[in-house]
Order: sequence, then C-alpha cells, then structure tokens
Amino acid sequence: MSRTAWLRLAVLAAALAAPFVVADASHLNLLILVLMAAQLGVAWNLLGGYAGQVSLGHAAFYGIGAYTSTLLLLNFGVNPWLGMLAGGAAAALLSVAFGWSCFRLKGHYFAMATIAVAEIVQIVFTNWEYGGAAVGLTIPMSHDGWAWMVFAEKRPYYWIALGLLLATLAATAIVERCHIGYYLRAIKDEPDAARSIGIDIKRYKQIALSLSAFFTALGGSFYAQKELYIDPGSVLSTALSIKMSLVAILGGIGAMFGPVAGAVVLTTIEEITRSVFGGSGRGTDTIIYAALIIAIAVFYPTGVLGWLRGRIARRNARRAHGARVEALR
Amino acid sequence: MSLLELHAVSKRFGGLIANQDVSFAVDAGQIVGLIGPNGAGKTTAFNCVAGYYAPSAGRITLGGQTISGLAPEACARAGVGRTFQVARTFTSMTAGENVLAAALLRHRRVGAAREQASRWLEFVGLERLAERPAGSLTISEQRRMAVARALATEPRVLLMDEVMAGLNPSEVREMVVVVLKIRERGIACLVVEHVLEGIMPIADRIVVLDRGVKIADGTPAEVSSDAAVISAYLGDA
Repeated sequence: MSRTAWLRLAVLAAALAAPFVVADASHLNLLILVLMAAQLGVAWNLLGGYAGQVSLGHAAFYGIGAYTSTLLLLNFGVNPWLGMLAGGAAAALLSVAFGWSCFRLKGHYFAMATIAVAEIVQIVFTNWEYGGAAVGLTIPMSHDGWAWMVFAEKRPYYWIALGLLLATLAATAIVERCHIGYYLRAIKDEPDAARSIGIDIKRYKQIALSLSAFFTALGGSFYAQKELYIDPGSVLSTALSIKMSLVAILGGIGAMFGPVAGAVVLTTIEEITRSVFGGSGRGTDTIIYAALIIAIAVFYPTGVLGWLRGRIARRNARRAHGARVEALR
Repeated sequence: MSLLELHAVSKRFGGLIANQDVSFAVDAGQIVGLIGPNGAGKTTAFNCVAGYYAPSAGRITLGGQTISGLAPEACARAGVGRTFQVARTFTSMTAGENVLAAALLRHRRVGAAREQASRWLEFVGLERLAERPAGSLTISEQRRMAVARALATEPRVLLMDEVMAGLNPSEVREMVVVVLKIRERGIACLVVEHVLEGIMPIADRIVVLDRGVKIADGTPAEVSSDAAVISAYLGDA
C-alpha cells in the first residue's frame, strides 16, 4: 500500500475512534458540525467545483431532505433511514426542475437564478400549513435508538455524520475516476470544445446537479434527526446556501478533500468567534468571522488545500534542489 | 455521392449575409482547403458543418445523412471532428487527459480511452508530453494536441480552423506532416486557412469564398490562376 493510502487509513481510524477520546459533549458537537459542514461542502463541490456551476441555492435541497423525511415520519410513521433516502430522491427530482430553469443561464446569472429558486422554495414552506409553515416541525423523542435515528447522547450522531461524509466522498471519487469526471472538467474548462468532442453539456451538468442535490438532502434529513426540530429559517435559509459554497470555495474548489479542509477551518473559526466574542448582542462574532473569511480569500486564493499543496510542493522542490547541489559537490 | 456535401448553404445574421448559396463537397481521404480573404465567411461555413450554427437555408449531409441543424455534440457523434482557431485546451488536465476526454465518446471505459489517447498523442508526435499540464505546452504543441483530441472522437471528416496560423516554418512543416498522415487514414480534411503557403502544396482541392459566396473550386493550380480569385485577394486593379 502506498503512503497516502496508509495515511488515509490512519485518519479514518482516528476519525472512527474520536468519540471514545473526546468526552466533552460540546467538543464532540463541534466535531459533528465539522463533519456536517464537510459533507455539505463535498456535495456542493460536485456541481460547483467539478462542473464549475456556482449554486447559491443549495439550501433548497437541504430543506427538501429535512422536510421529506420529517413529514414522512410524522404523518406516515416512515422510518427516518428510509425517509432520508426518499428525501434524497425528492431533491434529485426537484433538481431537474431547478436545472431546467437555471442551466439556461451562465456564470453569475446562473448563480443569481439559483438564489431565486431557493427563495421560492423557502417562501412555499413558510406558508404551507401541512409543512408546519413558519412554526416548523418537531420530531418526538418517543422512539429512540439506531432504528429511529434518535439518540440521547451525541456519539451515534457523530458516526452517522462521518458515514454520510464518507459516502459523499466515495461518490465524488467514483465520479472523478469515470467518464463523468472528465466530462465535467471539460465543461468547466472550455464548454465549446467540450461540445466538439461529443459532450452533451446540459445532460452532464444535470447529472452533477442531481448527485449534488441527493447528497445535500441526506445532510438535511440528518440535521432534522439530530436537532429534532426544523423550520424554514434553519434548513432553507440563504445563509445556509452561502455557507455550503464557502466551505468548498475556501477549502479548495474542485478537489476531493478541499471542502473537508474548508469545513475544519470555517467551523472552527465560527465556533471560536461565537464563544469568545458572541453573546454581546452586537454581532461582534459575525464581524470577526466575516473578516477572517475575507482574509482567507485574499491571502489563500487557491483555498486552504491549495495553499497546503503549494507548501508541500515548494518544500519538495527545495529538497530536490538541495539533493542536486549535494550530488554536484 | 461525396462524404461531406454542402447544398446551397446560406447563413444570415440579421441583415448580414455571411454565407450565400455555398455548395461544395469533400471526399473521404481528401484534403480540401477552404480559403478566402478576411470576412469571406470561411469560419461561418465551418461552424455550420460542425453544428455551432444552424444554416438559414440549405442542407449539409455526411455520408448521405443530413447533419445541418444538429447540435455540435450530435455532429461529433455523427462523425464531424473539429479544432478551433485558438486551441481551447482543457487547462485543468494533462495533455493525455485532454485527448482521453475525447476518446471517451467511443470508449466509455476510462482504461480503454486512455489507450486510445496515447495512440493519438503518438500520432501527432506528443507522446512524451502526455503527463504534462496541457496549459504548459507551447502554442504549436497545443494545436497538435487539439488535432489529436479531435481525432480521438474517431471522425469521418476533420475540420481544422487555421491550425497553421502563427506557427514558424518548422512548426508548419510538423503540422503538414500530421495533416498528410490524417489523409492516409482515409479521413476527410476540411482545412480553413488564411495563410496560403501551408495549405496550397498539400490540398487536393481548394474552395475559395469571397464575401460569403463561392468564387472558385478546383485544384490548387487552377484556383491560383483564376482571375476572380486573384482579384479577390489583390483587389480589382
């Protein structure tokens, strides 16, 4: 096995074992938030990173996931695990309408259209009585345990969030290695040339969007089960859409582990600023959080992962140079 | 019946007539040069064949099948390969991956497409650059890589848009060798050229456009002694 394979295995083992080491519930909760943000960023990256279509409306899919599983559970007693898959399917279906309307537009106009579509979804749910309207929906704690994805302690949530992240990463790895991955990069680089080699651009953008929507919705269903309460503000807000894109963009767009790096940095900054500067009621934490995001964007334009890779490449180049100098002596 | 046929193709952009009743044919294993002064409508005709424009009137057939009005990706599937005036390299990929992406059209498995890609890179003499980031290749190398990319879609007719423009004489010779090798494989070549030195010696036929209209069609020798062609290039004396 190669060195990177060992490294990945070691990271995976450490990630699986973390809940046994991290005893403090709030620290474990921070880790869960990182995993959730990473999973959403990785899902967003399928469309935004690989296909180069910047969506600022992904909260629509997240909300569809959360509402589908929750409504199925509350009204029909459907198991949340099945509800989660149903939510993913519903989001993938909605994404066809989303793509049909938004893919007519390119670049910034596409991004603006995605905001509009997500706003529409949010307004619909805010006014829809059956969906709890603005009051939201509460999941009862009466059934708990693995079968119903409701737990009194945090650890099971951690493992589920980790599982979702791994599943989303696995899907990304498969896409990256098969023809779809090459086609998406071709579309992002040179759409006209992509068509000249027989790529149906709309079809492949839609495939990327559907996959991205599916995994984003899984994250939404998971959120509902973890918080046991959802409303339009928590699962359909524009701020949420922006956060998903930020995680991927600041982490390193179009790279598999970029959003994971982005989620670690962004969630940590968010939670630290909140605990240190929050509670003043003056929004100091938000101001500092925003300033740090701007700083990352300005100083590390290739994202956290791009910066790390650049450092490693420079170090290796220095070493190779040193070795050549040695050999000449 | 020829492999590629244009029947009275016209293309209008609003009031501007870019092509007016243009008809010509390209046979398999033939190099046809499409020449003419600036603004003659060469690239427009080219874009009609490749599906980037739908002709306003007329019909284009490939092997007897109508392809005019098809989308570019459908034209590629039908057997029309093309290159662009600027190479339009996929810069996030290596040179090999650029060609691999095109080979996926006929070989969906990445492994099989990779084998095809290395064959086509070798065909244009770039096999040793396969692992290089495509954006780091020279202009001349990127042009040849674009030809390899178009060939990897296994076209019956290959459209090359000014592949020799801006190259130095030795690079033009390399490209000429590639074009001749393509003809040997029985692929029809339609070459748009603004500069005549590269295309005249190798073309089997030359089609001359001027102000959207075909003014001559024949062997290079016939065309270069044609009075209408001379006046189009040099102006009316």
